[in-house]
Amino acid sequence: MGSEQAGQGGSPPAALVSTSWLAERLGDPALRIVESNEDPLVYPSGHVPGAVEIDWTRDLNDPIRRDYLDRPAFEALMRRHGIARETTVVFYGDKNNWWACYAFWVFQLYGHGRARILDGGRLKWQAEGRPLVREVPSYPASDYVAPERDDTRIRAFRGQVLEHVAAGLPLVDVRSPEEYTGERLHMPDYPNEGALRGGHIPGARNVPWARAIDPRTGEFRSAAELEALYREAAGIERGDDVIAYCRIGERSAHTWFVLTHLLGFERVRNYDGSWTEWGNLVGAPVER
Amino acid sequence: MSAEGRAPARLEETLELLEGLERAERIEALIGLAGRFREVPERLARRPFPAERRVPACESEAYVWSETRADGSLAFHFAVENPQGISAKALAVLLAEGLAGAPAAQIAELPVEIVERAFGRELSMGKSMGLAAMVQFVRREARLLLAEVAAGR
Repeated sequence: MGSEQAGQGGSPPAALVSTSWLAERLGDPALRIVESNEDPLVYPSGHVPGAVEIDWTRDLNDPIRRDYLDRPAFEALMRRHGIARETTVVFYGDKNNWWACYAFWVFQLYGHGRARILDGGRLKWQAEGRPLVREVPSYPASDYVAPERDDTRIRAFRGQVLEHVAAGLPLVDVRSPEEYTGERLHMPDYPNEGALRGGHIPGARNVPWARAIDPRTGEFRSAAELEALYREAAGIERGDDVIAYCRIGERSAHTWFVLTHLLGFERVRNYDGSWTEWGNLVGAPVER
Repeated sequence: MSAEGRAPARLEETLELLEGLERAERIEALIGLAGRFREVPERLARRPFPAERRVPACESEAYVWSETRADGSLAFHFAVENPQGISAKALAVLLAEGLAGAPAAQIAELPVEIVERAFGRELSMGKSMGLAAMVQFVRREARLLLAEVAAGR
């Protein structure tokens, strides 16, 4: 995506910054760079100078029950990394920014609006030969005060998904076509994480998350390409009430980011229970 | 740990070392292991690597080869195509070095729990199962060798 304009205020993609934009701002105290990956060895092996790591399992999830961290834990995380309410947080990571978008989404549950995604993620930064360091930075603790977590705007729960299905409203299944059809219970090259039934939520249209990415550069596709993609493949338009889901909510956080922040959809929710919940839910309707 | 749940001696030694480390130290040790990764020699395989050598369920696109040495033991070789597959590379080195010279019968019973012992319990389910699939692939290679020996081939 043409993200050179990103970060200059204006309409979407204001939530996207380019590698050159970030490179010019390394060390800026108003910014905090956050790396989020699937592989826990990636950040310690080298990261963007000044970047801190936020790990999706250790930092963003409740350690006991399946839910996100609560307000005190989120505040503690922000304070530990010296992130203030007015700090602009730039997320990047492996897997074409899957986990970066997931972290971005969790931050939005707490209304941290000053958040950006590095277009192209870690792979593009590395491919361009930009610096990676192993030194883990530390910042003076902040006094971050978060509002209560708002699960109503951008997060959907199973009961709401059932109502959504009954109302015939649009759902986007961002998993692979094989998972969507029920041929597989997990994404290609990944193990089965325990879903008992295969298929998709009735009425969902399949738009695999990776179609939003230009495979040559790892960047998001242009707004025009994305708009055409979601209009044609999912039949959705700006203004629609949309729920996106995948397996545990990480890939659909990526699609949520695209729809909300790159295309300006105003009513998109991520069903983070996703197929690991729906595919095990007794009596839940499944379509193949 | 019971004797049957133990890895071959050399691998067991490294696992015990890793288990005794604090998280940050263990990560450093694993990155050090990944740094020693050497891709499968060209005499055994060249790109494009054959699909039958690819570890199913490993998102780092890992491949495994084994060769039987003169003493009858197995040597393992790996390729990891995902440039960010650092955990897969660390495990590949752990297996290649730790299983060198080990009896095939012991490799055939290699417990998949070695993944958790090496990496700790903080891996995502997807990641740990992908790494476990590498262990299972190696185990399968040893079982195939044992079956061949039993069949007199």
